[in-house]
Amino acid sequence: MEGFMYPNEVELQWSVLIVLYPFLTGLVAGAFILASLERIFRVEALKPTYRLALLTALAFLVVAPMPLQLHLGHPERSLEMYLTPHRSSAMAMFGFVYLWYLMAVLLMEIWLDYRKDIVILSRTATGLKRLFYKALALGSTNTSPTSLYVDDRVGWVITLIGIPSAFMLHGYVGFIFGSVKANPWWGNVLMPIIFIMSAMVSGIALCVFNYMVLSWVRCKKTDMKCLDVMTMFLFYALVVDAAIEGLDWIHRVYSAEEGFQVMQYMAREKLFWTLNLGQATFGTLVPLILLGSLQLIRKRVPELVRRRIYFACSLLILIGVLAMRWNVVIGGQLFSKSLRGVMTYKMEFAGLEGWLMGGLLLALPFITLTIMIRLFLSEKVSALALAGMDADEI
Amino acid sequence: MNLSRRQLLYLLPAAAAAWEFVLAGTPEAAPTYHSAEHWWGMLLDVTKCIGCGGCVRACALENDVPDGYFRTWVERYHVDDFHIESPVVDSPGGAKEGFPQSTLTGGKNFFVPKFCNHCVDSPCTQVCPVGATFHTADGVVLVDQNYCVGCRYCIQACPYGCRYFHPTKNVADKCTLCYHRIVKGLTTACCESCPTGARQLADLKDPKDPIHTFLKTHSVQVLKPHLATGAKNFYNGLDGSVR
Repeated sequence: MEGFMYPNEVELQWSVLIVLYPFLTGLVAGAFILASLERIFRVEALKPTYRLALLTALAFLVVAPMPLQLHLGHPERSLEMYLTPHRSSAMAMFGFVYLWYLMAVLLMEIWLDYRKDIVILSRTATGLKRLFYKALALGSTNTSPTSLYVDDRVGWVITLIGIPSAFMLHGYVGFIFGSVKANPWWGNVLMPIIFIMSAMVSGIALCVFNYMVLSWVRCKKTDMKCLDVMTMFLFYALVVDAAIEGLDWIHRVYSAEEGFQVMQYMAREKLFWTLNLGQATFGTLVPLILLGSLQLIRKRVPELVRRRIYFACSLLILIGVLAMRWNVVIGGQLFSKSLRGVMTYKMEFAGLEGWLMGGLLLALPFITLTIMIRLFLSEKVSALALAGMDADEI
Repeated sequence: MNLSRRQLLYLLPAAAAAWEFVLAGTPEAAPTYHSAEHWWGMLLDVTKCIGCGGCVRACALENDVPDGYFRTWVERYHVDDFHIESPVVDSPGGAKEGFPQSTLTGGKNFFVPKFCNHCVDSPCTQVCPVGATFHTADGVVLVDQNYCVGCRYCIQACPYGCRYFHPTKNVADKCTLCYHRIVKGLTTACCESCPTGARQLADLKDPKDPIHTFLKTHSVQVLKPHLATGAKNFYNGLDGSVR
């Protein structure tokens, strides 16, 4: 501890679990927006990643509330947020935004999109899997062209509603922090916009990463056109994100309001590695230069080099956005609300708020996604679905 | 059941004795206290505080405050003539055991007692997701410990650092303005223990409360007025360097 902190401030209230929560919801929103580019804006090149992006969004959305739940002092009372919500609380209302997004948007859209496959699989699969797919079909077994057309149209409308919902989901996370006027690091009108843009960036980067890893695991060649288009959108989103975050810092530096000195100290000392290197240099600047250069000289760069650059950029961006969440959540608590002191935070290894738990929670959505891919997107499942479809047509 | 007049007369003393037992089992009430008739705040006279820490000890004892956490504390300021915006501030152990002798010379020294401001527009109440933090009708901000989910959003939202996370109850905790005392006509533990009268509980709805005369004749301030929280801790002689 350096300087003066209020006596109750020496304990960090929100730690790594709360860092992960906005990170995970951001990935959800970004992945969904990428999927909607194909569905609504008819970006045909993105077709190979459409279903993967949707499943990614679902896998991460299912896991996202877990760190929040684990962090509560009384997790057994968490349902009270839904049963007796306090309407003026940003956190209480977020529960409903989350539910809306999960139940009304993502689950509905994925179910409509997969319904035909589910019905076919419920006929072709065997054993427990057959029962599972049957249950998932929810009794809706009609796969006539008219019924599939209705699925498609309703799905389109849901995606249309889903785009602003995805923005709202993550913008609202930004608002949870941005509305805290007690904390000058958080209390910022740009916070929801910064969160939305960083969500898009991280979500698209995650889809690039997942698509490349999945292709590698399946020993399949990646669709370069798809990758080029994905990373083009990633670059544009990164430009806007960097511009808004840069604007925020320029405003802070130029206006140098109360608390600027302590923030300056934080950026130079306490958050040097995560802010200057993790977030700004390797998470933003390097990918901006690499992806930006490829926009200009793409055709002259061999495919293999491009693939490696895309992979490296997606990984750097993901680490950069995680560092950004760390800087917001942890950084916002390292200085006193008296603006006269700072403290150091050392994360424990084991324990509820330690590295181990953080790593597990970060791995969990990937494990969930792997299971989902095996159930809905594996080559075996696709073959079964295709076989079923042929049988239907015969 | 048919009761004769004679039987009723026999039963009455027994009923009276039984009623005494009923009354003995009910918790101590404050029958004359009507919350709508009060509006609590506090007057803190910085010019009178000597930094003895008696208030911190009394509060901890009265409210069973866990070690290392504070419902109230005292800060010591040393303001140099040339650095009025950058004072040297300390509050060792919340000043529970008072302050060691200062080694700083020149400038001015003073003590500022702090605790929950029981704000009218309290950010902590606003952000609580389940409404466990609430305003009473007499202007006190309380936490329902049987309802708090322990999300700590209120601790983040309090601009004055007055809240803490109770280490064993796993809920947010803070000053209650000794609500269990004031509804019985008593003053708070911190006010009662203050040897110089630097803290005075004030009922702003009571026309006879000396606070009204004091406010008319003195320049008082609240902490961080730019945050518009409607703080009800009124400080007399507060230096501009205090945050």
